[in-house]
Amino acid sequence: MNSVADAAGAAFGLIVVADPKLVGIVLLSLRVSVTAVLIGCVVGLPLGAAIAVNEFRGRRALIVILNSLMGLPSVVVGLVVYLLLSRAGPLGALGILFTPTAMVIAQSILITPTLAALSRQVVGDAWQEYREQLRSLGETRLGAAPTLLWDLRFSLVTIVLAGFGRAASEVGAVMIVGGNIDGVTRVMTTTIALETSKGDLPLALGLGFILLFIVLALNACAYVIKETAQRRYG
Amino acid sequence: MTAGVDMRAPLSLLPLRLDQVVFEVGTRRIIDGVSLRLDPGARIVILGPNGAGKSVLLRLCHGLLAPTAGTIAWNAAEVAGGARRQAMVFQRPVLLRRSALGNVAYALKLAGVPREQRRERAVEALRKVGLEGQGRHSARVLSGGEQQRLALARVWALRPEVLFLDEPTASLDPGATHEIENVISALHAAGTTTVMVTHNLGQARRLGDDILFLHQGRLLERTPADRFFKHPSSSEAATFLEGELPW
Ligand SMILES: Nc1ncnc2c1ncn2[C@@H]1O[C@H](COP(=O)(O)OP(=O)(O)OP(=O)(O)O)[C@@H](O)[C@H]1O
Ligand SMILES: [Mg+2]
Repeated sequence: MNSVADAAGAAFGLIVVADPKLVGIVLLSLRVSVTAVLIGCVVGLPLGAAIAVNEFRGRRALIVILNSLMGLPSVVVGLVVYLLLSRAGPLGALGILFTPTAMVIAQSILITPTLAALSRQVVGDAWQEYREQLRSLGETRLGAAPTLLWDLRFSLVTIVLAGFGRAASEVGAVMIVGGNIDGVTRVMTTTIALETSKGDLPLALGLGFILLFIVLALNACAYVIKETAQRRYG
Repeated sequence: MTAGVDMRAPLSLLPLRLDQVVFEVGTRRIIDGVSLRLDPGARIVILGPNGAGKSVLLRLCHGLLAPTAGTIAWNAAEVAGGARRQAMVFQRPVLLRRSALGNVAYALKLAGVPREQRRERAVEALRKVGLEGQGRHSARVLSGGEQQRLALARVWALRPEVLFLDEPTASLDPGATHEIENVISALHAAGTTTVMVTHNLGQARRLGDDILFLHQGRLLERTPADRFFKHPSSSEAATFLEGELPW
């Protein structure tokens, strides 16, 4: 009991004095996950919108696959990316295994299906409502996708933040492809996993608090953005 | 294509010819063998009870539904993927989450109007329907009547050759209804052929030269408005006229 309280106190101490090691880890985490989310958005949102408004063979199968990929275990993604990037792998020549770049790649792969599947859902629902009006105005399917993405921007914020939450809180993929190298590829989740087993509870707990805070703050943001937007834009 | 051909005025969309048009969903016949001809300059009003197939008939004409049998032929086909020359105001208009002005500008963009002209034309269209003060308001928070007027501003800006209107004043107060009717009349005066569905018989009298009476998917009569309201030729239409309130 006491040791937990002590650790919590020490954790707050680290946060309050902005311990450089802790700050470095937090910043790297954010850098990796934000980059992965940006990549995931650029690929996943248009993909989801395109699937929503187009009709083609295999569409249903693709949707089922995308939906299942939302539950993709991060260790599996880590393993696959590891095999691709390892020296003997097809992309081994790049020499990026155990770098932040590898972690970005792994997290992008992890969350792109989630972003595509969720935006497919949201855009698809809206498409039912908008289709006749947009067709009446002469909109093509190709043009409808960006139009709908823009029209649904406030709903998409929630999806994007959900994607970020998933990226920032996963541990399996970054652990495998990053290797948790001190000062290079150590992020919040891998540090928590490692330091807990090593017994450095203050650092682990401090990062845990921060991670929790980030996730909470994001959800609060998403909520406020949606609420305000709904009131202002309907 | 030579420059000479490009310079020529495009062929008129009209007349539109429907020949024995049938629309079925499953085994249910929603439109049952409708034939009609729509000539340039016409002012058509479609009347009929709920579920008669009026909205479906408009959608078929406008190209949003394909007939399961029969043909729908325009005098000149619209270019696939090009700007549309016909427009429709829906029973429930869909507006985008942007400003009122932005909604009109979007339609103008799809119609191929150059960017620098869109704003001016959109402002003019909003003024036409009495929404000049709401141009910057978000379209989705406008009242139902204002949204309907915005939908009309959108088609006013487009100056379509043919305009289909599906109960454009269903949710409006008398004053707004009057304004909308003025806009529709102005559009017609500017050369747009109008086909309107309404349950408002006074409106049908004011805005219809010809009445089409639809009943259970069948076109029972097409009669000049003044004659229709005095002496409908089908007994179903007579019953319908007795049942509807006369405003
Ligand atoms: N896509 C569809 N699939 C199945 N049934 C449909 C479809 N569209 C319309 N219907 C049916 O066709 C019938 C005619 O519908 P429609 O909307 O044209 O009626 P309406 O004459 O416009 O009626 P109202 O005056 O109530 O607007 C209705 O019974 C409706 O349920
Ligand atoms: Mg209807």
